[in-house]
Amino acid sequence: MDDVVSPPFEVRDYLRLGMMPHFMCPGCGHGVALRALLWAVHELELDKNKLAVVSGIGCSGRVGAYVDANTFHTTHGRPLAFATGLKLARPDLTVVVITGDGDCLAIGGNHLIHACRRNLDLTCLMLNNEVYGMTGGQASPTTALGYFTTTTPDGNFEPAFDACALAEAAGASFVGREVTRQAPALKAVIKAAIAHKGFAFVEAMSDCTEIYGRKNDLGESPEMMLSQKSAMRPAKPGAAGGEPFAPHRLRGGVLVERDRPEYGAVYRARADRLMAGEKR
Amino acid sequence: MSAAPPSLQGNRACALAAIAAGCRFFAGYPITPSSEIAETMSRELPRVGGVFIQMEDEMGSLAAVIGASFGGVKAMTATSGPGFSLMQEHLGYAAMTEVPCVIVDVMRGGPSTGMPTRPAQGDLMQARWGTHGDHPIVALAPASVQEVYSETIRAFNLAERLRTPVVVLFDEVVAHLLEPVTLPAPESIVVAERKWASGDERDFHPFAETDDLVPPMARPGDGLRVHATGLTHTADGFPTQQPGLAGKAAQRLIDKIERHRAEIERFETAQTEDADFVIVAVGIVARAARRAVADLRAEGIKAGLLRPITLWPFPERAMREAAARARRVLAAEMNAGQLALEVERLAGAPGKVARLNRIDGEPIAPAEIVAKIRELAADG
Repeated sequence: MDDVVSPPFEVRDYLRLGMMPHFMCPGCGHGVALRALLWAVHELELDKNKLAVVSGIGCSGRVGAYVDANTFHTTHGRPLAFATGLKLARPDLTVVVITGDGDCLAIGGNHLIHACRRNLDLTCLMLNNEVYGMTGGQASPTTALGYFTTTTPDGNFEPAFDACALAEAAGASFVGREVTRQAPALKAVIKAAIAHKGFAFVEAMSDCTEIYGRKNDLGESPEMMLSQKSAMRPAKPGAAGGEPFAPHRLRGGVLVERDRPEYGAVYRARADRLMAGEKR
Repeated sequence: MSAAPPSLQGNRACALAAIAAGCRFFAGYPITPSSEIAETMSRELPRVGGVFIQMEDEMGSLAAVIGASFGGVKAMTATSGPGFSLMQEHLGYAAMTEVPCVIVDVMRGGPSTGMPTRPAQGDLMQARWGTHGDHPIVALAPASVQEVYSETIRAFNLAERLRTPVVVLFDEVVAHLLEPVTLPAPESIVVAERKWASGDERDFHPFAETDDLVPPMARPGDGLRVHATGLTHTADGFPTQQPGLAGKAAQRLIDKIERHRAEIERFETAQTEDADFVIVAVGIVARAARRAVADLRAEGIKAGLLRPITLWPFPERAMREAAARARRVLAAEMNAGQLALEVERLAGAPGKVARLNRIDGEPIAPAEIVAKIRELAADG
């Protein structure tokens, strides 16, 4: 594909090794997603000093602290809003948001749609493990129909979001999705997302083996990852509730790539004209 | 030049002062009666190379402000009661991560949606205790348009110097007053800058216990790749739950503000030295009280005024001293009794403090204060 041979990727070069051992459960897909992100950063030859990672709350929120960069662990649902201020104040920084399905789609859903609409040059990496893991396994906006969590003891009856369809509808100029089973493919999508000028949304299908997997007899991590490769979880037979918004079979790869004016560039061009004294 | 000073509206003065203090980022959400601050910023900031953004809500507004300040740019938001309620989580986050920022709360009638266009002082305690957990806070309460200008500048300087969120509280009356204001010459304005860490320090600890308890801040891009978190953290910025370390980290934040109390505190006293009756009031009520003091003195009643300009931390010593000499103390405020709680705590003898409150959307008039003090004087 590429003629240029990338320098070898050593993940340790991008990690705060003093933070090890990490907090993630055995089998958790978040580590794979983090590796894919750092791999993309490496291939893009980004300066770590100019990289900012902004995360929210939850398992996904804790991932950012391991990155040897400028890292901001913010509040639940708001990392995109923090990142918006940071990127507008410091357009020289590459700003990547790491968020989760609950962080990004439930408490932070409003910030997501407005970030998509504005099209500021941010990369939003949403780790979708279909559950609130940090708080013990409650249902999230992406929990599949019929699945068990600690707050859906009789099976989930709420339809799930298709996060990529949501981001596309709200105006994101780049939308991609990959599964953690295919780290190189995930890396490629994240790499394209960071390189994209504008708001880029990437959904990484992660797996919560310890809580969600166990509660739903989904097997160990390899089985969970395999099932993600072929499909988003279909509704369990006989599951109550309406049809999910999400199609059962979710597409992977780069789903949307379109040219839209980038918010920061538009703002700065306008400010330059105003400073030069142009009248409205 | 001897031209008459221009008349400015309180909200507009606040926005212009922010820009004079070096503010180059504003994120906000429309809300009465603070909207002129955002409107002024939307026009002025791009013309001075700054950024204005209207966010999707107040949580996002303060988040964006903190994000910009992380990036090294002086930043502010402005709101009113309902929006201030929504900002409380991020007020705590800014205190915890020690991010300089200014939050303006133009107070209107509450609770809930209340009376959007009527004045109140119902957020005095929310400014102090609105966010969860023990935390320090600085809150300033200007009483005139001139003072809105000077205190907004001071808010930025305190925020930057002490790495803390600073709240500027004023009521709808002050916000919408048009008053003559003498704007200082730009070169005469003292503007404080943040203490920055240099990029080449080894073993840099972004939350270290420095002598003045204000650690230098690392600017992204300068080479120090640090971590900030709302989790309780040690000097290196990473989370801890060890009791010894956690308690120390939380205590330093509180001590930091207390250590700099002399710099933060500001209050006005008028004729309190020989006052039998000391009125304690902030904002527009303090101006009514000033008039009441003059009227009472004219009829032979020795009244005085203590006006906290820095509301939090409260001017404890000045309050104790004024109360010690007085027969009675009157806490006058446009709420059901918030300042009174602090005054009662500091005034000594129980029963010494009387209250005068309005919660009907009308400011307290000088005559009401005069009548109340006369009543107290007649009590003996």
